[in-house]
Amino acid sequence: MRVSFKTSYNHDIRLFADGYQASRYAALVVLAVGLPFVLDDFLIGEVTGVLIWAIAGMGLMLLTGHAGQVSLGHAAFLAVGCYAHAILMDRFGLPFLASFALAGVLTGIVGVLIAIPVFRLHGIYLAIATLALSMLVEDIIVLAEPWTGGVIGLTAPTITIGGIDMDRFGSPDRFYWLCLAVVLLITLGYRNILRAPLGRAFVAIRDSEVSAQAMGVRLAWTKAAAFGLSCLITGWAGALLGHFFYTFNHEVFTVVVSIQLLLMIVIGGIGSIHGAFYGALVVGMIPQAINIGRDWITQVIGTGGVAIPGLETGVFGLILVLFILFEPQGVHGRITKWRIYFELFPFYRRDLFRRQRSYLKTERIR
Amino acid sequence: MSLLDVRDVTIRFGGVTALANVSFSVEPGEIFAIVGPNGAGKSTLFNLISRFCEPEAGEVRLDGASILDRRPADMASLGIARTFQNIDLFETSTVLQNLLIGRHTRRRASFASQAVFSPAARREEIAHREAVERVIDFLDLHASREQRIAGLPYGTRKVVEVGRALAMEPRIVLLDEPASGLSTEESRDMQFWISDIRAELGITILMVEHDMGLVSAVSDRVLVLAEGRVIALGTPAEVQSHPEVLHAFLGIDREPEA
Amino acid sequence: MEDLQLMVGGLANGCVYGLIALGFVLIYKATEQVNFAQGDMMMLGAFIAIGLGNESHGGLPFWLACVGAVVIMAAFGMAMERTLLRPLFGQSQIAVVILTIAFGFVLRFIAGAIWGHDPLVMDHPIAGTHVTFGPVVLSADEIAVIAVTVLLTGLLYLFFSRTKLGIAMQAASQNQLAAYYMGIPVKRIHGLTWMLAGATAAAAGILFAAKGSVDPSAGLLGIKAFAAAVIGGFGSLPGALLGGLIIGLVEPFAARYVAAGYAQIAPYAVLILVLIFRPHGLFAQVSGKKL
Repeated sequence: MRVSFKTSYNHDIRLFADGYQASRYAALVVLAVGLPFVLDDFLIGEVTGVLIWAIAGMGLMLLTGHAGQVSLGHAAFLAVGCYAHAILMDRFGLPFLASFALAGVLTGIVGVLIAIPVFRLHGIYLAIATLALSMLVEDIIVLAEPWTGGVIGLTAPTITIGGIDMDRFGSPDRFYWLCLAVVLLITLGYRNILRAPLGRAFVAIRDSEVSAQAMGVRLAWTKAAAFGLSCLITGWAGALLGHFFYTFNHEVFTVVVSIQLLLMIVIGGIGSIHGAFYGALVVGMIPQAINIGRDWITQVIGTGGVAIPGLETGVFGLILVLFILFEPQGVHGRITKWRIYFELFPFYRRDLFRRQRSYLKTERIR
Repeated sequence: MSLLDVRDVTIRFGGVTALANVSFSVEPGEIFAIVGPNGAGKSTLFNLISRFCEPEAGEVRLDGASILDRRPADMASLGIARTFQNIDLFETSTVLQNLLIGRHTRRRASFASQAVFSPAARREEIAHREAVERVIDFLDLHASREQRIAGLPYGTRKVVEVGRALAMEPRIVLLDEPASGLSTEESRDMQFWISDIRAELGITILMVEHDMGLVSAVSDRVLVLAEGRVIALGTPAEVQSHPEVLHAFLGIDREPEA
Repeated sequence: MEDLQLMVGGLANGCVYGLIALGFVLIYKATEQVNFAQGDMMMLGAFIAIGLGNESHGGLPFWLACVGAVVIMAAFGMAMERTLLRPLFGQSQIAVVILTIAFGFVLRFIAGAIWGHDPLVMDHPIAGTHVTFGPVVLSADEIAVIAVTVLLTGLLYLFFSRTKLGIAMQAASQNQLAAYYMGIPVKRIHGLTWMLAGATAAAAGILFAAKGSVDPSAGLLGIKAFAAAVIGGFGSLPGALLGGLIIGLVEPFAARYVAAGYAQIAPYAVLILVLIFRPHGLFAQVSGKKL
């Protein structure tokens, strides 16, 4: 068991608890940067996908995991970011970086505008309002054909930064590094927010709105900020997603994607940045795992590998059901428990993480 | 001028009158206790002052200015802090983080400097941390500083909640039953802390409490409520010998009723 | 006259939405849980009825197939409560929401694996017959759907307002601990509620299948029904039915009088408007939390 002795308040504030932790994350970053030298183009594409979903996951994690506002409609914001970025580049001729930044900001503004009328809604009502929003945006994309290309959709413009081509298919390695850079910047910003007053205000409104107000936290303002920040990040994920898919239409941003995004962060572990990454990894690995499983079954039984429609979502759903029942804190929670088990060995007690139960009282009275 | 002035306040919930024409005022530096049987309207009064409920009639003034047009989140910056009868802490956070929320109204760093965590934001964090550390010192919370609320014993949570209110550096703190559910020893500690909050920090205290021993030990004045009405107001000794109080609390009547 | 036909068609659709919404509200009223899989349970009910009754499948008489579907789904609801929901007893509402969403995915997959992904049509005695009122021609199945829905809603309403069990169910949700103290077996009540919701889902599924074809993604209809429940106030049985009818009516009229593409949008636009102006639905049941 490692003990880090604290000698100044900075110890609690800085990003890493100690040098050991910092070096572990540094190693991870070095590994991530070096990945294109090891993997082929197809696998790098897959990893890029995981990174983009991790960005989207962080966007939703901020809102749902930290500020406690459940959104079942974040595909709508992915769509706003994606289309805004494509339109800004194609129609307005903005360079990639400017268009990318602006697309995120625009999505953030849309998020705040939407938060204002719905911030009074709680839990399930907020979930359903955002779900409706996702359905609406799906149809609006089709209706706004002059801008969005309707059901045919749009094609992502090519990316060049400072004369260097960074396209998804032309140079998958450089596109991967671009996504990695975005991931690192967003993660850093997210961490900074969490250790600053704003992050504490998010957690406060998640845990108790009444108490948070008594401490001077303005609910409307804080929720709008959470929505805005969350949509900013999600918009960026959407912009990258457009490049990732190359061509996209409304079907990329269905309500099912919204739901999967939420399920993804739950699998990863709600309430932690790690969770967004683990969730994206699990979601990214399911199709590969199913492929491998199918090949294996084909080998064993000897019949032709039949594609079963809906298998992916079915497996995904099943994994999630098992997580909710047996490990509600997701992959991150599980890993943390294992780590603590080894650190404390042999003093780990079964009850160390016993879940607290409470009796439900209605929010309706009558 | 009184610090807090409540005038002719009436509150009804449906057909039930929670408060009827209640008036009192709290002077700066005072420890003012509100006592009364269950359902007397004590918590309603607190919720009114912290703006969680609206009066049907009457006025509440802080430093002579009405606070009825203010919202709950405004009260912290006006210098009114509170605790809750059933403890309402941020369960998933540590004691330290809970206390730091108390500093929320004193944050200065802009959004952008929080996102990049500029040196200014860091200096501010450290300053907040020092202020919180003084509260931790004051209330002897060192041992549980890094612990999550969810795993803390009841008595400690009660103290943490007081600490969170103090971290705000308020002018007046509303304590809703600070000693309820505490052991004799913890209750005694709470009594000393309440006197110290005024003596050392100079904060005015308005509290609701059932424990008459604690109330008479620390408070300057006591307001007795029953069924939403004020039945007595005075020093602890005056109030305890007041005939209506004896009637309301103990059912003792000096003059036999017809 | 066209409007009248649109209206009856809309009402019939609305009834199906309303019945699924009733399932949501039923569970919410009694257990304070939100079952996002209700739409998929409806889909499953429809497939079971088809699987038992259709010539090409089970070949049972129509009425027997209906009763069979209702019984099987009731048992299914109860089993679902026992195995999935009970372990979550006392945990946050959102955990249940996510669990049921995920379980909906699983149900969709299972239905697809058993009955395939092509739409199936249910054989039933009044398929294709029409009723003529002067100049108006209405299809008999739509009228039957409306009649059955009104009947079921009435029965459920009486059950909740008049019977001891119904009242106990409501008490169980409003304060679980107090309900325990009053000797109400909260867990058993939860089981019964899910049983009832399963049966309601089967009824909705049969009515849905009576009007058109069924495929595994029919469960997504649940989202519309969810909107209906929220419009109605998510805790009110008549409100759920009304919400369903509003959505059922808004769809064909938006398509007829605005533009075809707007039929999809209209229900959600109505939902968002209702939420903005009456955040807790038309029949609000929420009041302030005690501090």
